[in-house]
Amino acid sequence: MSESVLEMNGVKKRYPGKGSRGEVHALRGVSLSVGKGEFVALHGPSGCGKSTLLLAAGGLLRPDVGTIAINGQDLYSLNNSNRARFRAANLGFVFQQFHLIPYLDVLGNLMVTEVATGQSANAKKRAEAILEQFGMAARAGHHPSELSVGEQQRLALARAVFANASILFADEPTGNLDRDNATIVLDYMKEFAGNGGVVVMVTHDDRALEHASQKVSLVDGRIKE
Amino acid sequence: MNVFTLIRKEIGHRKLNFALSILAAAVAAATFLVSISLLRSTDLETSRLINEKVAETEAEMAKLEDELRVSMKGLGFNIHIFPEGQDLSEVYEQGYASKTMPEEYVTRLAQSEIVTVNHLLPTLTQVTDWPEYKRKIVLIGIRGEVPKLHGSNKKPLLDPVPEGELIVGYELQNSLELEVGDQVTLKGREFKIRECYGERGSKDDITVWMSLKQTQEIFDKEGQINSILALECNCATIDRLSEIRAELGEILPGTKIIEQESKALARAEARKSGQTTARQQIESMKESRSRLKEKREALASILIPLIGIFCMAGIGLLVFLNAKERVYEVGLLLALGVNSFKILTAFLLKAAVGGWVGGMIGIGASLLFIEKGGSLFAGYPANELTSAVELGLVLVCMPLFAAIASWIPAFAAAQCDPAEVLRNE
Repeated sequence: MSESVLEMNGVKKRYPGKGSRGEVHALRGVSLSVGKGEFVALHGPSGCGKSTLLLAAGGLLRPDVGTIAINGQDLYSLNNSNRARFRAANLGFVFQQFHLIPYLDVLGNLMVTEVATGQSANAKKRAEAILEQFGMAARAGHHPSELSVGEQQRLALARAVFANASILFADEPTGNLDRDNATIVLDYMKEFAGNGGVVVMVTHDDRALEHASQKVSLVDGRIKE
Repeated sequence: MNVFTLIRKEIGHRKLNFALSILAAAVAAATFLVSISLLRSTDLETSRLINEKVAETEAEMAKLEDELRVSMKGLGFNIHIFPEGQDLSEVYEQGYASKTMPEEYVTRLAQSEIVTVNHLLPTLTQVTDWPEYKRKIVLIGIRGEVPKLHGSNKKPLLDPVPEGELIVGYELQNSLELEVGDQVTLKGREFKIRECYGERGSKDDITVWMSLKQTQEIFDKEGQINSILALECNCATIDRLSEIRAELGEILPGTKIIEQESKALARAEARKSGQTTARQQIESMKESRSRLKEKREALASILIPLIGIFCMAGIGLLVFLNAKERVYEVGLLLALGVNSFKILTAFLLKAAVGGWVGGMIGIGASLLFIEKGGSLFAGYPANELTSAVELGLVLVCMPLFAAIASWIPAFAAAQCDPAEVLRNE
């Protein structure tokens, strides 16, 4: 096994009950290790804890028990501000709903991570090169509402690449895409992992599973061996 | 890409939200400026009116003072000169002097260079019986006016009564059924009625005027008079009686001088009363305008904060709606590592920019309104009603107030949990 980038040990997370709903044990002691260049697909039935695991691994949701480390850094030993800075420098996110900023054009959405990291030299040139790579150079001045869903998801992916993320968390990235666009996105993610990155993807999509180098099945908050 | 670019682009995207926050700030700024301008125009107008009224009154008073002096000089007033040793309380009681003085006194006065007296009328007055009619009468012997040797030759104010003739007062004429031309007997002497005076409502109505010489004969007081009536006395000063006494005292030492109430005196008193009334009117105007000012200030002290609070609440609501609309955007930015402070800054800066632009628009609109307001601001130009300091204050305070009003929703947005937001997408 290659050098570990993501290390989860005994992670538990439960959501307190609200009203008539009882408390939910989303994660019941998950341990997972993901090495450099790996493309991990998390799958399982709805409500099994996939998204919770992704958010916790992405430094966005503090687990009740257990530790999560990325590149050796225990995420939750950092305060909010430092964790945000760590996310900006190391992590990328792709969501099913893309979450593009409607008032920024394609170039702006790509470069929005600079709000967190600060402006860098030649950023625009690099952004234009990435758009070229993702086949969206001609769309640089367009707004998200003017893009197809496939283009929107590619842009979301390109945003993670622009941020120099070493690990990419994707939550149902192909959920809203047709076959062709899904293939394009999955190929990019595979390529990202192939270039030394790490991809952790939550999916229900069998096609997506085929692209993954490691498949992790979650059932009732536990990894099924 | 930085937070300022983000703000600029967001403003361009959600124009209505930004325009409404500008409008709220503009209304608050304009309300403040227009209100203080209204109050200030009232103050300025009050001062102007009062100053105008004071100047007008002072000019009027000066004019009246001058007129009074002229009228005293031109119209004069009347004095009675009584014999030396005359008890004035007796004069006030019975209406004439019991003591007499030589008739020659009037000649001495007439020949003197006295300038304070114009017309001199020697009289001998006494209450007596008219035995033929069994009536008590006031008998006044008059000689007519004694012409002055020096000074202006004024037209005589009174004509003498020729010997053998009488002038009778209204009551006598009426009750005794006398007619002009009738022959009557008084103390055994025959007289013809020369004139009957109309009703005067005074002792003149029971008075008989005859020649001084015949009166002296009737009372066995030849060459004697008991009063000199000096008419239309001239004086340059208000303290005229002292002036006359000083002058007459040198010519007729020991004589007693009293002033007969005159039209000039009454007029002077009326003018004095007019001056008092004018002063009271000014005070009353000051007081009523001061009350009006207090009422307006009280209203403004409620209205300005109320509109300010309303506008600030409006801005706060707009930021709340904006934050709600941008919840996924904020969640994403937080997930991408943008810290809460930058998110808060983005919201507050946007609000501050809106407040500043609104302040500018409010200033422009209020200045235009004041300039076009005309009578509402008593015609004062905007530069007299507002100061650069106040305008500067509005420009500084509006962004500040807008940021304060936005603080709670902006802070709530910046503190949102990205995991919660993204999990619930």
